[in-house]
Amino acid sequence: MTAKIALSDVHKSFGTKAVLRGVNLQVETGQSLVVIGGSGSGKSVMLKSILGLLTPDSGSIKIDGRETVGLARRGRADIDHQVGMLFQNGALFDSLPVWKNVAFRAIQNDGMNESDARDLAVDALKRVELGPELLDLSPAALSGGMHKRVGLARAIASKPEIIFFDEPTTGLDPIMTDVINHLIRNCVQELGSTTVTITHDMTSVRAIADKTALLYKGEIIWQGTTDELEGSDDPFLNQFINGLAHGPIEVEGQKLDSAASPIEAV
Amino acid sequence: MTFLATIGTFFLAFFEQSGRLSVFVGQTLAAMLRPPIYFRIIGQQIIRIGYFSLPVVALTSFFTGGALAIQIYYGGNQFNSEAIVSSIVALGITRELGPVLGGLMVAGRVSAAIAAEIGTMRVTEQIDALTTLSTNPHKYLVAPRVIAATICMPVLALVADIIGIFGGFVVGTQSFGFNAAIYVQRTINFLSVDDVTSGLIKAAVFGFIIAIMGCYNGYYSKGGAQGVGRATTNAVVSASILILAANYLMTALLFSA
Repeated sequence: MTAKIALSDVHKSFGTKAVLRGVNLQVETGQSLVVIGGSGSGKSVMLKSILGLLTPDSGSIKIDGRETVGLARRGRADIDHQVGMLFQNGALFDSLPVWKNVAFRAIQNDGMNESDARDLAVDALKRVELGPELLDLSPAALSGGMHKRVGLARAIASKPEIIFFDEPTTGLDPIMTDVINHLIRNCVQELGSTTVTITHDMTSVRAIADKTALLYKGEIIWQGTTDELEGSDDPFLNQFINGLAHGPIEVEGQKLDSAASPIEAV
Repeated sequence: MTFLATIGTFFLAFFEQSGRLSVFVGQTLAAMLRPPIYFRIIGQQIIRIGYFSLPVVALTSFFTGGALAIQIYYGGNQFNSEAIVSSIVALGITRELGPVLGGLMVAGRVSAAIAAEIGTMRVTEQIDALTTLSTNPHKYLVAPRVIAATICMPVLALVADIIGIFGGFVVGTQSFGFNAAIYVQRTINFLSVDDVTSGLIKAAVFGFIIAIMGCYNGYYSKGGAQGVGRATTNAVVSASILILAANYLMTALLFSA
């Protein structure tokens, strides 16, 4: 069976800094993959490469078996059409009210009229448990949690086959984090979409992941199911999921060896 | 060696910027010509770029026309030639000062606003969001602004011409006691259609420059609020310099033939 998304030996550098160093990853249809990793490990670059916002230096990224690396934007229009994306800060368009944000793709690409677009926005907002009273508000008038939920509504409005989530719970309080995790889980189950989430948040991983991959220094160094995650004795994974300062993972270019004291490390 | 490295770095950066700008202009021209064309956004931009720039351009040209009349009167008085005030004000405003000063004022207002808006969209990932929503940012953001500015600037230059000449007329008739009817008659007699159209052609080019520099600097801004601030400054400075350089080239081209 062909994987929905397949990355093979993907490399990406910025100048002399190699960010992705041979990423290999597969996501099956309907699967929820969560990619974890520290800041600067290459998670966002990997996501942007899959979305075609960045072009890898080498390697292959296939969606539904179709090669996307080197494909011009117009050439991947049908792929873009089946993709939804929730950005870290929502990335709602400031100049448009909530309903035009949510129904943006339908209005701009499908030529949907205003009345139908408003209905679509109401339906999508309902899925993320928001009411129609938000429709005419400006994004600037929304709280952080609402911003994320409207962003989620926009991502799922066109019922995409693949949805990407970029740190969906960053900056939210624990209750809103749980709300967003449940909304993601519910939406994905209802739509049957394949999802890729990047996050630091282990609560999100346990709530939404079918499969988890750990990205470190531009490579996938561990991947497995949520059950395997809890039972793993991989030292890198254990350090990350337990949030330990000391271990094999180098923090900001400096190795914090468990044997060395913090003072010696400085 | 450090000196050579500095020169090398400068030229590499210059050629990189030039190449990137050329590609950006090419992509914009393609986006302007190929459907979909967002007429509603073009209309909104015409209001923002053209209509809201009217007071700035009108005031600039009025005072410039008045100051020009004073300079010509006192400069020309030595040779007893104050009678040429009307014709030189008309010529100076329509050929040069109307489009150039109007262009510089609009560059300060519009280029900065465009760069700040698109730059903020860049650093808040709104441009990436557009792409993932199957919308080409060049078509949706850049082309409407460039089309609107290219349409609006000749209209603004025409307004600047009329108000600038009126500024000279007010000073000439009120301060120097020129006969109003004779002033108007001399202006009409001296001014040719080519004087006005050359200014309008220049203004259209300036409009293109203003919008493209605003969009370009905003589109490639990075580094958060500081990056957006830098993009805004670069947009105004580069648009102003390019307007003056383009003005020289077009003047040489239009009036030496």
